[in-house]
Amino acid sequence: MSTAAAATIDHHHDPSTSTGIPNKKLLMWAFLASDCMFFGALISTHLIYRLHPPAGGLEPKQVFAPELTSFSTFILLMSSLMMALAVTAIQKGNVKSCRWSLLTTIFFGMIFLGCQVFEFTEFVEAKNMTISNSLLGSTFFTLTGTHGCHVAIGVLWLSLMYVRSFKPAVGNPWAKSWLSHNLLHAGTLVAALLLSLKVVISLVFTLKEAPTFGEGFSYFLSHEFVFIALALIAYGGLVWFARPRGAVQFDETNAIDVESMGLYWHFVDIVWIVIFTAVYLLEYI
Amino acid sequence: MDALAKPALLTKEEKAAAKPRLLAHPTAKTGLMSWLTTVDHKRIGFLYGFFALCFFLVGGFEALLIRTQLMVPNNNVLTAQQYNTMFTMHGTTMIFLAIMPMSAAFFNFIMPLQIGARDVAFPRLNAFSLWTFVAGAIILNIGWFLPTATHGAPDGGWFGYAPLTSRNFIPKHSIDYWVMGLQLLGVASIAASLNFIVTIINLRAPGMTMMRLPVFTWMTLVTSFLIVLSFPAITIALVELMMDRQFGTNFFEVSNGGMPILWQHLFWVFGHPEVYILILPAMGVISEILPTFSRKPLFGYPIVVFSGACIGFLGFGVWSHHMFTTGMGTVATAAFAMATMAIAVPTGVKIFNWIGTIWGGHIQLRTPMMFALGFVWMFMIGGLSGVMHSAAPADAQQQDSYFVIAHFHYVLIGGSLFALLAGIHYWFPLMFGRKVSEFWGKLSFWVIFVGFNVTFFPMHFLGLNGMPRRTFTYDSNMGWNTANFVSTMGAYVLGIGVFIYFAVMVYTYLKGERVGGDVWDGRTLEWSLPNPVPEYNYRVIPTVHARDAWWYEKHHQEEIKKEQSEHAKAEEAHGGIHMPFQSIWPLVTSLGVLIGAIGISALDSNPAPGIHIKLATTLIGGAVMFLGVYFWSLEGNEGYHIHLDENGNVVEGEHDHH
Repeated sequence: MSTAAAATIDHHHDPSTSTGIPNKKLLMWAFLASDCMFFGALISTHLIYRLHPPAGGLEPKQVFAPELTSFSTFILLMSSLMMALAVTAIQKGNVKSCRWSLLTTIFFGMIFLGCQVFEFTEFVEAKNMTISNSLLGSTFFTLTGTHGCHVAIGVLWLSLMYVRSFKPAVGNPWAKSWLSHNLLHAGTLVAALLLSLKVVISLVFTLKEAPTFGEGFSYFLSHEFVFIALALIAYGGLVWFARPRGAVQFDETNAIDVESMGLYWHFVDIVWIVIFTAVYLLEYI
Repeated sequence: MDALAKPALLTKEEKAAAKPRLLAHPTAKTGLMSWLTTVDHKRIGFLYGFFALCFFLVGGFEALLIRTQLMVPNNNVLTAQQYNTMFTMHGTTMIFLAIMPMSAAFFNFIMPLQIGARDVAFPRLNAFSLWTFVAGAIILNIGWFLPTATHGAPDGGWFGYAPLTSRNFIPKHSIDYWVMGLQLLGVASIAASLNFIVTIINLRAPGMTMMRLPVFTWMTLVTSFLIVLSFPAITIALVELMMDRQFGTNFFEVSNGGMPILWQHLFWVFGHPEVYILILPAMGVISEILPTFSRKPLFGYPIVVFSGACIGFLGFGVWSHHMFTTGMGTVATAAFAMATMAIAVPTGVKIFNWIGTIWGGHIQLRTPMMFALGFVWMFMIGGLSGVMHSAAPADAQQQDSYFVIAHFHYVLIGGSLFALLAGIHYWFPLMFGRKVSEFWGKLSFWVIFVGFNVTFFPMHFLGLNGMPRRTFTYDSNMGWNTANFVSTMGAYVLGIGVFIYFAVMVYTYLKGERVGGDVWDGRTLEWSLPNPVPEYNYRVIPTVHARDAWWYEKHHQEEIKKEQSEHAKAEEAHGGIHMPFQSIWPLVTSLGVLIGAIGISALDSNPAPGIHIKLATTLIGGAVMFLGVYFWSLEGNEGYHIHLDENGNVVEGEHDHH
């Protein structure tokens, strides 16, 4: 089914529905409307409490580090570009290009999450703002944490879609064992992502605290050896799983799945633009 | 329920599925597994209705206990603590576990039939909504069976005002059950509503334009939008309360700058649309029943639809009328008072349209019609006392008094419940192929009608005489004795009426008079179906030519017959009727949600090793949920095709790949 028929697919009109809009796309739009209200309520909570700060509360300007957040905002925006490229690629039936774009989107998403882990750790340890010791901490961590969860779910979804793109076509000798391959592949990818996050965060903090770069790096290598090794094994596994194995069941007909995921991803980015403006930038006016 | 079970033929290739065992599609058409794996909107609707009625009886029993306690002054049938639990659970149960799922039952069963569809847009998501609703109901009620001192059923009132519900004031788990229970019910409602929105917008039969949709379907659409847009507000309020209770955040912690008024705003931004979520489906049911038994088309169809949508929009702009006494300031109070008065206009327009519908009609006073007429009258009384509340100075007197109790029971029982009871009578023949006896149906109506009014009308006077809501007893010298006694007697009569109603329903289900398809000589498409309704609903997808589609078909039989045989051939050429496979994964996903919610709500972090067990349970729940979703997506939305002969018998089934 990955060969013929596909050429005539119109990605903007689905003749089987009353309106021509694919069901999945409509579902996603309606869900995003709902999600808008979720974030609306959370952002409102934060802003209301910023307008009525408790006496002696924390001053956000002394906590925030807008340089790092600007960088992660830029990265997240770029991930949206890669997501858009992935959608275009699969609409044209270019599976390979779609996979690379998905991987880059995942990569950028992970950088954003890494920055958030770093930022949260800094706020708690260096700036002494915890989720329970101040109203600002409560609203800030709950709001940005909820957004972080959305990004994490998005990364997981992207990862599973990437793995899904290797499902062998009917007739491919690999088709029989596709389920176990799929599970192992997905497990390896998620493990690789988590290990990378762990290793990079630990590298950053080691370098930050070490007197010189060399000392910090050798300390890092000796103490994180196991995790570095595991991460490398996981990456090797990913390369192995991605080797060419004949025809796959992933083509233009799956474009709507990638597109729905893309809608979600772009939405989460747009929400971040709002949060970045309302929570960070507004403090500097 | 043999009415809905229909064996489908599967070919050999399909049985010897060329797929991993784990992803083999369940095929049971009867027995427990067929219900646990069902994706048929009719079966899901039936299950929603079944659970809703069970919880309706539970909520009713709680109400009778409340009334028994208040029958005489200084009564001690219940302790103050038990009384708190009763009124909290009565309200929460009736709203979230009785009226809403009862409406959902009709959305599921009737709406796809009315638009000429073969199922909802996402059948498995529909099953997930059902099972998550059940999980939420379990969490909400689990406290009844656990020690009262540390757990207990929720006892903070149905709107759970923080910081009353914070750990400082209610340290036990009762509030955690309330928080997680409502959270799960919210997820279920939003998922179901997204499904209905896509179904109504995208799965309409050819010719079923938006302005030909039956009004019940229109109200399903408006209600679904209300749910999708208003539930997030309470979700976030509950998240904040949960964070306060579990992680010591300060959202409602006054000593660290938290503001209790925030909870009230977030809650009522949800809470007021919620009352329209409860009443709009009822208005839809009434708009179906009145024309059928008046033998006339609905009077002013576009106006009725527009008014419904208008109520939906305005419903988002009136929430602060629940908070007139909080000191919001003159401008806000005036604005919300004006908006509240404005919402009476589209509501009044609907009442006049219903009167216009029965005006000059050839009225048949059958049981559904009795309940529907009762609805119009009783809802109007509730609406009038509602308009009284919109005047902020008057509301300041009525706030938190029995006058408010009287008001919202007139709109919720006299309104929502009467309409749902009417709907059960109306669609019972379609669902079960049997009809309730007119005598017993009308008897139950009159007993319920009398009992309801005797219970709640005196409460207007009690409220104006100063009796506050939520107090578990009162002194004999307050002048409230007679009215309370009368009200309690009324409640017993109402209880007897409800008992008669359901006893008759059970009897009819088992032994009632058998009837054919179009028992009321209806107008909308669901009545065109044979009885029992086949799993695939329509042998040929109908083509809609008029607003009252089935009425038109009945009066243009030759033309329709010709058209249908042509369309049957065309559908056959396209591969027959597509049916979705059953699936276990929605149930597994909901099970994961349930386990996770138990971890969050029922387990203590201290003393050790509490936190580890709590964390483990929650993570296991999350993992089960994740696996459920993952296999759900791996399984794919495949289906099979069936082919029918002219009499609707299955001649052949075949597998297909999507």
